[in-house]
Amino acid sequence: MVADTSTQNNKPSIGDYLKNNIREYGLLVALVVIMLFFQFVTNGVLFRPVNITNLVLQNSFIVIMALGMLLIIVAGHIDLSVGSIVAFIGAISAIMLVKWGLPAIIVIPACLIVGGIMGAAQGYWVAYQKIPSFIVTLAGMLVFRGLTYVVLGGRPIGPFPKEFQLLSTGFVPDFLYFLNPAPETIQNMVALVAVIALVGYAIYAGIRDRKINEQHGTENEPFVFFAVQMAVIAAVALFIGFQLATYRGLPNVLIAMAVLIALYTFVTTRSTIGRRIYAMGGNVKATKLSGINTERLTFYTFVNMGVLAALAGMIITARLNSATPKAGVGFELDVIAACFIGGASASGGVGKIIGAVIGAFIMGVMNNGMSIMGIGIDYQQLIKGLVLLAAVFFDVYNKNKG
Amino acid sequence: MDNIILEMRGITKTFPGVKALDNVSFKVREGEIHALVGENGAGKSTLMKVLSGVYPAGTYDGEIHYDGEARRFSTISDSEDLGIIIIHQELALVPLLSIAENIFLGNEIATNGVIQWPQTFARTQELLKKVGLSESPATLITDIGVGKQQLVEIAKALSKKVRLLILDEPTASLNETDSDALLKLLMEFRTQGMTSIIISHKLNEIRKVADQITILRDGGTVETLDCHSEDIGEDRIIKGMVGRAMEDRYPPREPKIGETLLEVKNWNVFHQHHRDRQFLHDVNFTVRAGEVVGIAGLMGAGRTETAMSLFGKSWGHKITGDVTMRGKPVDVSTIPRAIDAGLAYVTEDRKQLGLVLINNIKENTTLSNLKAVAANGVIDDRKEARVASDYRSKLRIRSHSIYQETVNLSGGNQQKVVLSKWLFTNPDVLILDEPTRGIDIGAKYEIYSIINQLAAEGKGILMISSEMPELLGTCDRIYVMSEGRIVAELSKAEASQESIMRAIMRSGEKH
Repeated sequence: MVADTSTQNNKPSIGDYLKNNIREYGLLVALVVIMLFFQFVTNGVLFRPVNITNLVLQNSFIVIMALGMLLIIVAGHIDLSVGSIVAFIGAISAIMLVKWGLPAIIVIPACLIVGGIMGAAQGYWVAYQKIPSFIVTLAGMLVFRGLTYVVLGGRPIGPFPKEFQLLSTGFVPDFLYFLNPAPETIQNMVALVAVIALVGYAIYAGIRDRKINEQHGTENEPFVFFAVQMAVIAAVALFIGFQLATYRGLPNVLIAMAVLIALYTFVTTRSTIGRRIYAMGGNVKATKLSGINTERLTFYTFVNMGVLAALAGMIITARLNSATPKAGVGFELDVIAACFIGGASASGGVGKIIGAVIGAFIMGVMNNGMSIMGIGIDYQQLIKGLVLLAAVFFDVYNKNKG
Repeated sequence: MDNIILEMRGITKTFPGVKALDNVSFKVREGEIHALVGENGAGKSTLMKVLSGVYPAGTYDGEIHYDGEARRFSTISDSEDLGIIIIHQELALVPLLSIAENIFLGNEIATNGVIQWPQTFARTQELLKKVGLSESPATLITDIGVGKQQLVEIAKALSKKVRLLILDEPTASLNETDSDALLKLLMEFRTQGMTSIIISHKLNEIRKVADQITILRDGGTVETLDCHSEDIGEDRIIKGMVGRAMEDRYPPREPKIGETLLEVKNWNVFHQHHRDRQFLHDVNFTVRAGEVVGIAGLMGAGRTETAMSLFGKSWGHKITGDVTMRGKPVDVSTIPRAIDAGLAYVTEDRKQLGLVLINNIKENTTLSNLKAVAANGVIDDRKEARVASDYRSKLRIRSHSIYQETVNLSGGNQQKVVLSKWLFTNPDVLILDEPTRGIDIGAKYEIYSIINQLAAEGKGILMISSEMPELLGTCDRIYVMSEGRIVAELSKAEASQESIMRAIMRSGEKH
């Protein structure tokens, strides 16, 4: 018999571990470094409470769309139409709310449904007619943009009713004010308590998972990494939570975003649907031959993207308090860039939700930081482009070396 | 006539783990048609790749003498410059370019990079006339049939001033008329002094045209027969091709055969792409519980297509016929339905069609039956890990854990992961398509043992293989396919390499 050279379970050394997981740690380190850099060059403006709030509000829709886009990219496709969907949804929400006077409680679900239909309209051609998604969504991008001009008649509509604006400008009310130990500095106790509770839970869950893994003999990351990672995340989260608490508290959008990030992380890591999307992106033929309806899966991935783009569209429209035909131009590029910076593979099958989220924040912090510094949009684009290229090169370089 | 144009001496070529060619010698006389025959995997194509420089000098041992001089080809163009042109089985034509563009691709008639279309067309016309084609040089390749495409390839070879033309299975995908035309053309070239080497499975055609026949087996030269000094019959050639002693390469098994599980009747399928061409004709077969049934046949006989069309219509169109499982009709029109009906199909190409290579063993094992390790669409990680670990130890998959990516496994272990995946769907009948291709001998033995064990558990196994000794060593019953039909059904007692080959050859003469 020919000798099999594969070795039995060897404990990987810390160096090996770092090498194998350099992508994930690298991304987190990059975000922290970029944040500290801008904190320094902007003389501390970046981390001011009002700016952190802005940062969240400005980037929430990119993050939300990146969740859907990651699934699309993992499935082996691309969606160029999300910017136009954002504009169209903004337009029809304006018509329903402002012109027809419908209540937000009806308009919001209606818009989500319309977004789903727009995704379905594209998913059909990609999944069942096998037209490359690049082409289908390029067509969608033009069609939906055109439709936006048509329904708006080329003119912006606004302002929006208060209840709708709360979608992006509202904050979680401070119902824990009576616990506040220092009312002079802390304006919103809920924010602080929520962040502390979350950090506590994250540490508890992390330790619990490690224990369970140990019992089942599954590999754990070295404790040093776990501890450092937890410490960094906790420090950043607590700091941001504190800063938010000294201003107006937690924006509604932040809550929505956090819930969605948690949901999509769960879907991608634990659900059968998530597993099948990754398998399909890795090898569509083998997945189909394994008895999985890859067409339907692709179709729903696009429907999902449409719904998330619709949500993002309403958030940004509410924020700008006006629906304009030019809304969302170029958003698809920021969203796609966030996914690729976050480590998604252009050939499908690879990518993580948390990566896309960090990727979106890297883009967001750079946008925000450079704006504070007074760098023009010209150089901002140039620098963002180079960062995208560098991030992907880092991936390719690591892969070839390994 | 006795001028030796090519002599290859002591050629040895090793791939990681496999000796593809072992001290092969091969001599071709100028102006003859020399046939190179042998079973799949005997080393014919490898030998021709060594000759043409696909495998550059230095990656093999041995010498090549061509035209009286020792040669070392490091690229294909080195050999082409000396007039050695190889036409591969998969034609190397660009479908959406014209005949003229294809013939002069990479060798354009151009001044300063500007193509001279009038000359190109005129030259093409001349070349096409030589090979007996009357098509316009502007015709796109995609618009002409395979037979004519083959002739375009030859015209392309002629444009390069060919002296030694090598054809790898030139008639495999041709009908009889086209094959005859091609063979006639070769004989005509012979009268003009051109030398050809033809690799073919169709022994009747070889007898028609060949001056000498060299037989390869297991990467070594068996013999060279001269067709002019004695009358070489097909049986004589077959004996040379297969005449090897069966070693103890197959684990023993006591078959316990039960009820009929799978029965397929009047299975007719049209070609996936050439939609008016019927590819499978009235295929009928049965698989019983505890039985290992083989399907023998040459490449292109329709074995894989039978399996894939049966498995959720994954191949072909206009599929008609009846499928029953334990006597009851079952619906196999989609892959999930075929799986529910109790079928599993282990594909021929495990890298492209069997595994998600970037995923790990655990994820590949459960892919076909995820719901068995999930509740309400949420995967139970521990249960999944347990299932994967069970199969890993049961099938003895060598890896450092179930979390190893399958791309890093050896061929045999990859195949075991694919088997795990299908066993986890708990099928009644497993279709195994070339289950041991590209796997070393030790792993093959393990795969055979797994097959035996599955049969002992009462499953039906349908095994497609191009390696006849493997079918003879493992199967209780063998169907022989040729040109989309089942042409023979042989019991274990009747089956031998000779009887299988004979069945194929006879059918080839009938159609």
